Amino acid sequence: MRRPAKLIATGVVVEYWLARSEKIFTAVDGVDLEIGDGEFVAIVGPSGCGKTTFLNAVDGLIPVASGSLALDRREITRPGHDRAMVFQQPGLLPWRTVLGNVLFGVEAQGTMSRDEALRRAKQQIDLVGLVGFEDAYPSELSGGMQQRVNLARALLTDPEMLLLDEPFAALDAQTREMMQLELLKIWNRDRKTALFITHDIKEAIYLADRVIVFTKRPGRVKDSITIDIPRPRDLRVKRDPRFVAYEDRIWESIQEELAVKPERLLAGMPA
Amino acid sequence: MSIKEVDRTLPTTRGETAGTRERRSVVQPKRWKRYEATLIGTLSVVGVLAVWQLVANAGLIPVFLPGPIAIGGALAKLFTDPRSEIWIDLATSGQEVAIGYGGAIAIGVVIGILMGWYTRFQYALDPWVNFFYSTPRIVLIPVFIIWLGIDWPSKVAIIFLGALFPIIINTMAGVRNTDAALLRVARSFGASDALIFRRVVLPGAVPFILTGFRLGVGHALTGVIVAEYIAARHGVGKFIADTSVTLQMEKMFAGVIFIAGTGVLLTWALQRIENRFQSWRPQIKS
Repeated sequence: MRRPAKLIATGVVVEYWLARSEKIFTAVDGVDLEIGDGEFVAIVGPSGCGKTTFLNAVDGLIPVASGSLALDRREITRPGHDRAMVFQQPGLLPWRTVLGNVLFGVEAQGTMSRDEALRRAKQQIDLVGLVGFEDAYPSELSGGMQQRVNLARALLTDPEMLLLDEPFAALDAQTREMMQLELLKIWNRDRKTALFITHDIKEAIYLADRVIVFTKRPGRVKDSITIDIPRPRDLRVKRDPRFVAYEDRIWESIQEELAVKPERLLAGMPA
Repeated sequence: MSIKEVDRTLPTTRGETAGTRERRSVVQPKRWKRYEATLIGTLSVVGVLAVWQLVANAGLIPVFLPGPIAIGGALAKLFTDPRSEIWIDLATSGQEVAIGYGGAIAIGVVIGILMGWYTRFQYALDPWVNFFYSTPRIVLIPVFIIWLGIDWPSKVAIIFLGALFPIIINTMAGVRNTDAALLRVARSFGASDALIFRRVVLPGAVPFILTGFRLGVGHALTGVIVAEYIAARHGVGKFIADTSVTLQMEKMFAGVIFIAGTGVLLTWALQRIENRFQSWRPQIKS
């Protein structure tokens, strides 16, 4: 099935100025990528390959040095109401309760009336499973619960596109799987276009319609693998032979980038 | 159910209900633990006072060390004796502190915020703040008295300068201390600078600002007493100076203890306010 394009990246280059060594550092070097409306895309790649940098560029937090990045044919130059980010670090205001933090996104955007925001925030809290914790402070929550708040804050702004920056990376294995399952459930309700960054290959395959593999730094698109596993997917799908085949293929693609010879890995020697 | 409550009907790990058996997994603090700090503190004060009284009674140090009872009597008499001028002294010192410390709060918070928020402002003021903060401002008292006279303006100037710098430095640190991750979140949602300042930077800086206020109190009280001690017509510092040179030891100690008590009380009150503003912080007190 061919979807109309939502996000179009052509030859995206992102550069940093490194103050210490006084050099220009190229983090992302010519990314070409099209994401369809309602498509869930995950980007994986070796650490430091520029995948998070690319996501920040899509969010508009850092400028694109050359190339073009457009959402719904509008060029991205700064953060906008059509995108919302779920961060790796929850980034919750410690002096605000769960409810107050969920409201912060729409409050910053300043587009929704207070009553409407409050009503919808309660729905979001229900959706992410935090009923009963509205008045709790972030310091009273577990890591998984903090990420639920992080997610609810982004969802409340009702974006055109959801950006997720390794949101489950800091969680323990069981909590991470639970969160993946719940994220898919929530995503299934309105199937918003989503771009998910992760270094966890299984997570990428389990969540996404398509997995993009980035080259090592500076990042470019190396591979694009359509995940042909029907939805809804439950966690058992991770043991499906097709799933494992995808996993092997992506793993090898990343290994090529790391340039570690397979024999060395087999011999159990340090890379 | 709030997360602070524990449902007592839930089974424990052993499969018994909590009501029928004492739970060992949660250590409930003993009731007297809550009063432990107050109790030990009180005992310590009472003990030292008793030793002091005994030393005074034994006459080891004859004239110049009155006991706590004598000082207490002098303190009470200060406030009950119709001929006492303590009220004039109190009013004088009180007004000086109110103007000087109030001014330091108003100006210190503004300058601190500007220095924290605008880097260039900080570059411009940093040398001055560091210079004045490192200078013992007490040595400026004679100069201020020559410039501004022996009445309230010279005292206000000293109090103001004393309290100003801790407030500036703490406010600036509070603004600077804003969590970069929170700023990123706010920017990502398209928050304006004004909103970032009001909703992210300022609430995070409040505990720091209050710490600045608390540190400023000590400087303000020291400033007023020493300035009056050197030259003044009225004031608690003047009272201490007069009574000490005329060897009225009970009265002098009464004045010193009154000042110390005021300092303790103000610091305690500000500490309470600080704690109120930090109720969201995780409790790490043992």
